[in-house]
Amino acid sequence: MANLLYFASLRETLDSDKEQLDLPDNISNISDLKNLLAERGGSWSAAFTSNTSLLVSVNQQMADDQATIQNSDEIAFFPPVTGG
Amino acid sequence: MLISVQQEDFDVAAVTRELCGNRKDLGAVVTFSGIVRDQSTDQNLIALELEHYPGMTEKALEDIAHSAMKRWDIVDLAITHRVGQLKPAENIVMVVVISAHRKEAFDACEFLMDYLKTQAPFWKKEITRQGEEWIEFKQSDQQAADRWK
Repeated sequence: MANLLYFASLRETLDSDKEQLDLPDNISNISDLKNLLAERGGSWSAAFTSNTSLLVSVNQQMADDQATIQNSDEIAFFPPVTGG
Repeated sequence: MLISVQQEDFDVAAVTRELCGNRKDLGAVVTFSGIVRDQSTDQNLIALELEHYPGMTEKALEDIAHSAMKRWDIVDLAITHRVGQLKPAENIVMVVVISAHRKEAFDACEFLMDYLKTQAPFWKKEITRQGEEWIEFKQSDQQAADRWK
């Protein structure tokens, strides 16, 4: 199982802060996962389709669409950061 | 290096004393404190809600701190960032850099703040009498961070 986390405005848009997902065999990178999540429709589709400002981390390191993923990874999606 | 993400307020003087200890080779202490500013349209901010990513936020701050230690001839540094609900004029963030000379400490302190604002997973939401709104990422913050590349 992969642990998926959603933060800030994305968490509110999706009305979900985390979930466990058994990654299907055909999901090998972040781009694949985004397409899978977008297929849920509604706010998921809007959040994960052509949202160029969406950031992603894999196991708490910043990553990009090409980053490979597997079950047991912690994968987080979030908007651009605004701390400080 | 002293790195902390916490709800409680911080004491710049106490952290500075802890950082300096009994060292006799220091010539400069540079501190920066960020405080909650009311930038809402009608000056009606009730609080800022600071969200973070427990675990990754601390790691990101440590990475930024290591980069500064490598890049400048500084002795040590501290970063404290608060989370949760913060009222106008309350402290949000503090950076302290100690070194032999002031130039390195000033530059490292600016670098740390510029990188923290663009790299560390924190998100601010304004809570005003009209409702709640997430603060948008500013391109000017990215430009400030890019000048250190």
